[in-house]
Amino acid sequence: MAIDPTRVPRFGHGSRVPGWDDAADLTKDPEGIPDPATTPVPEELRARIEEFMARYPDRRSAAIPALRAVQERYGWCTPEGIQQAACVMRLTPGYLIAVATFYDMLFTEPVGANDVFVCTNISCSLRGADDLFAAFHEHAGDDPDFNLRAFECLGACDLAPMASINGGYVGPISPDEVPAIIEAVRRGEEPLPDRQLKYRKSVDPNAAA
Amino acid sequence: MTAPLLFKGIDEPDLHTLDVYERNGGYESLRKALSMSREEVLHELETSALRGRGGAGFAMGKKVSFLPKGQMDKYLVCNADESEPGAFKDRELMQKSPHMLIEGMIIAAYAGGINRAFIFIRGEYALQAQRLEAAVEQAKEKGYLGDRILGSDHSLILWVHRGAGAYICGEETALLDALEGKRGNPRLKPPFPANQGLYQGPTLVNNVETLSTVPTIIRLGADEYAKIGTTGSTGTKVVSVSGHVQRPGNYEIELGIPAREIIYGLAGGPPEGRDVKFWFPGGSSSPVLKKEDLDLSYDFDTLAKAGSMLGSGSIIVVDDSTPVVNVALKVAKFYRHESCGKCTPCREGTNWTVKMLERIDSGEATPMDLDIMAGVQENIIGNCLCVLGDSMAMPIGSMVAKFREEFEAHIEAARQRNELATTDEAPAEALIQGAVA
Repeated sequence: MAIDPTRVPRFGHGSRVPGWDDAADLTKDPEGIPDPATTPVPEELRARIEEFMARYPDRRSAAIPALRAVQERYGWCTPEGIQQAACVMRLTPGYLIAVATFYDMLFTEPVGANDVFVCTNISCSLRGADDLFAAFHEHAGDDPDFNLRAFECLGACDLAPMASINGGYVGPISPDEVPAIIEAVRRGEEPLPDRQLKYRKSVDPNAAA
Repeated sequence: MTAPLLFKGIDEPDLHTLDVYERNGGYESLRKALSMSREEVLHELETSALRGRGGAGFAMGKKVSFLPKGQMDKYLVCNADESEPGAFKDRELMQKSPHMLIEGMIIAAYAGGINRAFIFIRGEYALQAQRLEAAVEQAKEKGYLGDRILGSDHSLILWVHRGAGAYICGEETALLDALEGKRGNPRLKPPFPANQGLYQGPTLVNNVETLSTVPTIIRLGADEYAKIGTTGSTGTKVVSVSGHVQRPGNYEIELGIPAREIIYGLAGGPPEGRDVKFWFPGGSSSPVLKKEDLDLSYDFDTLAKAGSMLGSGSIIVVDDSTPVVNVALKVAKFYRHESCGKCTPCREGTNWTVKMLERIDSGEATPMDLDIMAGVQENIIGNCLCVLGDSMAMPIGSMVAKFREEFEAHIEAARQRNELATTDEAPAEALIQGAVA
């Protein structure tokens, strides 16, 4: 039985496997440090990044905080935002893009406004995290307002299975509670207040004293 | 069981604020330490025999003593990038008692003659980072941080640096790269950070729990502290217990108690009607131990002798309802995702291990593949800049070695299932269609 080669799915670059990165355009000159005269930077963003840079002996140390600031302002690390940060930090945008693509919490593509990171690592998956993620995926998977991701260990195995919802840890969550959680997030409320990590007491019986 | 040292009154409301922390005797150890000479404080740390709580278990006092003496830019970095699957002890310590960490850092910096410090906290810990930042502000206002702390000759600048989600940044040299604003790739060692670390300066890197223990050592005195626990593993340890147990959570134990007491006594053991199949004694990167090993003493040396490690002190319990292949696949996928890609054995090895485990799971493997997979693990260990690859190779290798029969049975069962599916013509057609579409 022969397989028709035209029916084999291929990526844009012609291979059957996803590429490591986008291909570089070798005909273009490398991008330099953005010119402050032609790169308008919002005053508040500039002040924040400059404050970060002042904390470290080397200004490049502020790369991650600066990208976080860009992401907080624009929702994701937009090309313009990276240009602005690069302009303030006197670095090339390429440098900052290299940093941004390394880290899981910096997004170089548009994402939904509400972060829902479901931990699917060992301890959580032993307690049903894969079903929980499936439930989230069913209810919010194609909702543009949600940035739903299966995440590696979030460091809350005592809440397993759990999720980090807009930065707040919640757990344990049962899959049938997911619709209510999604609704609460849409209304801008704190989901499952009784199971938020910040109110959780220590389980160690000796710690109570 | 001795009284808790780190977890004493940890649930007191607003312990994260300076007022409540001071009311409970906070920053008294700092005053005591500053009244001693730097050498005396260093001597205390060495005598306490405190071993690092982050994973490697290296003697903390010795690490401080490796720093070159004299006036130069030296750095203290607190590794709060707790990302090891199964570990969540630092989260609770930072969230509930951030000043304990800050106090420990000031004392450790004093002992090492360090004037600049950073706390590198993982990006996911938002609440904990806020609490730390607020605590640092309060400590600055009160004069515990800054120039000439409490009238002494010791000055310290401290900043909280938030990461952005990468397990590799828990490796100390990758953490330094991330802190310098680069991609978090590990560096070649030597030179070790104690000689050449952050910004090429001598750097002391320690875990949150290690540094949080320092005020206790100064308060009790090193000799008293060293009496707790065993000779090789002194003191108490916060153990994170998770997985198939009834009461998952952080427990502070005296090192050297039997593991059974932690898993069954404190955490309540597996759910009704289930039994422990195997357990990770020190996070997902430690080789697994079986039910028979539950009576081992929980300390650094005993676990090392048993072929595993205490690591970060994170126990993950897996009960007999879970196939070992599923756990192995989860572990391997995690390390594949988190491998930074710098060293070939780790980048390719983690990827191939996942592919082979998927083949085992889908019934396309033969028992010979288990030998090949074991060979892949052997070729990762010790051949990379950092131990991320080893962290996958060790547990996977131990799972294959200890549960080989189950792996073989899994392959055989999946193969028979596939055979049944392909003898029927219609599904076979559908399979081919699926592969092509």
